[in-house]
Amino acid sequence: MNLPSKLVEAAVEQFASLPGIGKRTALRLVLHLLKQSKENVNAFSTTFIEMRNNIKYCKSCYNISDNDICEICSDHKRDHSIICVVEDVRDVMAIENTMQYRGVYHVLGGIISPMNGIGPNELNIESLITKAASGKVNEMIFALSATMEGDTTNFYIFKRIKDYNIKTSVIARGVAVGDDLEYTDEITLGRSILNRVPYENSFVR
Amino acid sequence: MYLKSLSLYNFKNFEEANIALAPGIVCFTGLNGEGKTNLLDAIHYLSFCKSFLVSSDVLNIRFNESYFAVQGTFIAHDKEDVIYCAVKYGERKVFKKNQKEYSKLADHIGNYPLVIISPLDSNLITDGSDERRRFLDSIISQYNREYLEKLIQYNKVLAQRNALLKQFAENGNFNYSVLEIWDVQLGPLGDYIFNERKDFLEKFIPVFYRYFDIISNKKEEVKIHYISQLNQELKMEDLLSSAINKDRSAQYTSVGIHKDDLDFLIKNFALKKHASQGQQKSFLIALKLAQFEFLKQKKGEAPLLLLDDIFDKLDDTRIARLIDLVSKENFGQVFITDTQKERIEHILHTAHSEALIYSISGGKILKE
Repeated sequence: MNLPSKLVEAAVEQFASLPGIGKRTALRLVLHLLKQSKENVNAFSTTFIEMRNNIKYCKSCYNISDNDICEICSDHKRDHSIICVVEDVRDVMAIENTMQYRGVYHVLGGIISPMNGIGPNELNIESLITKAASGKVNEMIFALSATMEGDTTNFYIFKRIKDYNIKTSVIARGVAVGDDLEYTDEITLGRSILNRVPYENSFVR
Repeated sequence: MYLKSLSLYNFKNFEEANIALAPGIVCFTGLNGEGKTNLLDAIHYLSFCKSFLVSSDVLNIRFNESYFAVQGTFIAHDKEDVIYCAVKYGERKVFKKNQKEYSKLADHIGNYPLVIISPLDSNLITDGSDERRRFLDSIISQYNREYLEKLIQYNKVLAQRNALLKQFAENGNFNYSVLEIWDVQLGPLGDYIFNERKDFLEKFIPVFYRYFDIISNKKEEVKIHYISQLNQELKMEDLLSSAINKDRSAQYTSVGIHKDDLDFLIKNFALKKHASQGQQKSFLIALKLAQFEFLKQKKGEAPLLLLDDIFDKLDDTRIARLIDLVSKENFGQVFITDTQKERIEHILHTAHSEALIYSISGGKILKE
C-alpha cells in the first residue's frame, strides 16, 4: 500500500500489529482518527499509555488490578478458603459473569505444555503451593481447559498439594445447557454418562 | 452394498464419463496410462473423501480445468444414496450425500467401507514400522472409536514428553516430578492400546493364514508376530521408569507402543529379504483380504473390494485361485484392473464367473 505520508504509514503499521486487524482496516482507523480533534486523539492515546504503565497484577491471585491486591482478593465478604485455579485473566471474568462463585481465584498464567516451552516454573504455581501450605485453604477448584495439557496441569498441582489435606474438585464436563444430545460429541457424552450426577443435585437452585 | 453408477467430470484424464455398474465383478481393461487406476481412485474418493494416490485434491483436476466432480450412486440397505464430491481450485472440498452437504467428512468415512489392494501396499513390507502400525491402527479404529481417541491422546502426551526431555537436555537440568506427570498418563493409555492390538491380532492373524493358504495353495509357511516392548507382566509405566536414563540421553521416549511392529516371516526368515516378489505380493493380498473379512464382520456387509494391477508379479495359478475366491458371493462387489482384456476374460471364464467388462481408452469408457 502506497501512502502519501510517512506519519500515516507508521500509524497504520502500529494498528496492523494488533491481532485481527489487517492493513486495510488499520488505514480506516487511522483516517478516522485524523478526522477527530487533537484533544480527542490525545485522550485516546494517553488512555493506553496510562493503562500499560499503571496496571498491576494482584500480588495474591495474579489477576489484573489497579491496586496491589485486586478487588476480589480484598473483598472480605468472599470466601478466602476456596480457591478457583484458572489459566488466565479472561477465565476469571468468565466465571465472575456466572455470578455462581463466591470464593477467590488463582491465575496460573498458562498451562503446562513443554511443546510451547511452558513448564511449571513458567507458571504461578509455587505461590499456589505456598497458599496451600498455609493451612487457610479448604478447597481448590480446578477450572482449566478440558484438554490434555489442562488435565496434566491439574494433576501436577494435585500431586504437589495432596499432603496438605485440601479438598480438590474439577469443574464438571458434559452436555452444554440447551444442547441436543444427538449433536453432542461421543467423548463428551460418554463422560457425561460415566460421571452422571444424582438427580436431586441437578435442580437449578 | 454396491455401487450402481459412477460419473466423473474433469477427473484426472477423464473429461466426462458415466458408467453403469452392477454387483459382482467389474473389470476395467486398457493400456498403460489410459485411466484404469483413476477410475478406482474416483471410487476411493466416494468412500474415503480422498485419493489413494496423491495427497493433494487439486492434483486430480484435469489439466487446464478449474474443478473436478465425482458422483456415485450406492445401493445400501435397499436404499439409493447419491454421493457427490467436488474440488475446485482455491475452494473448500464439497462433499454431499443426497444433495445434503456433510458438516464434517469424518461423518461420512466408514459408511461405505472399501478395501483396496494396490502396488502401493508394498510399503507395508519395505518401509519402516510406522506403516505397519498405521495399517493395524486403521483397521482397529474403524470399529473401535475409543481406541482411536486413546491413540490420539497417547501421541499428544508422547509429543509433550519428548519436548520435555529435549528441554531437560538443552537446559542441562532434570526434574523427575515434572516428567512423571506425563508418565502416569502414558501408562494406562499404552496398556490399553497394547491389549487392544493384541486382542485384534489374535483374531486377525488366523484369518490372514487362511487367505494366504488359499492363494499359495498351502505351498509356503508364513507367520506374523506382534512385536511389542510391553507384555502381560511388563506394564507401560514400569517400562518408562526403567528406561529413564536412556530416554534422558536420547532426548526422546525410547519405549512404548509407538515402537510396536509386526514381524512378517516366510519359513521363519524375514519376508522382506527372503521372499520373492510374487510371494510378497501374495502375502500383501492375504493381509488385505483379512482386513476385508474383518471389516465385513464388524459392519455386517461386504465392503467394496478394489484390485489394482494384481496380475503383476503373480503366477497364473495364484491369479486363478484369487479370482475364484473373490467371485464367490461373500465378496460383494469387486473391481479389477488389467492391461490385457483377453487374459482377464480367460481367467473369469475358467472360474465360471460373470463379470461386467469395460475397456478404457483415451478417456473414454466402452462397455464390452
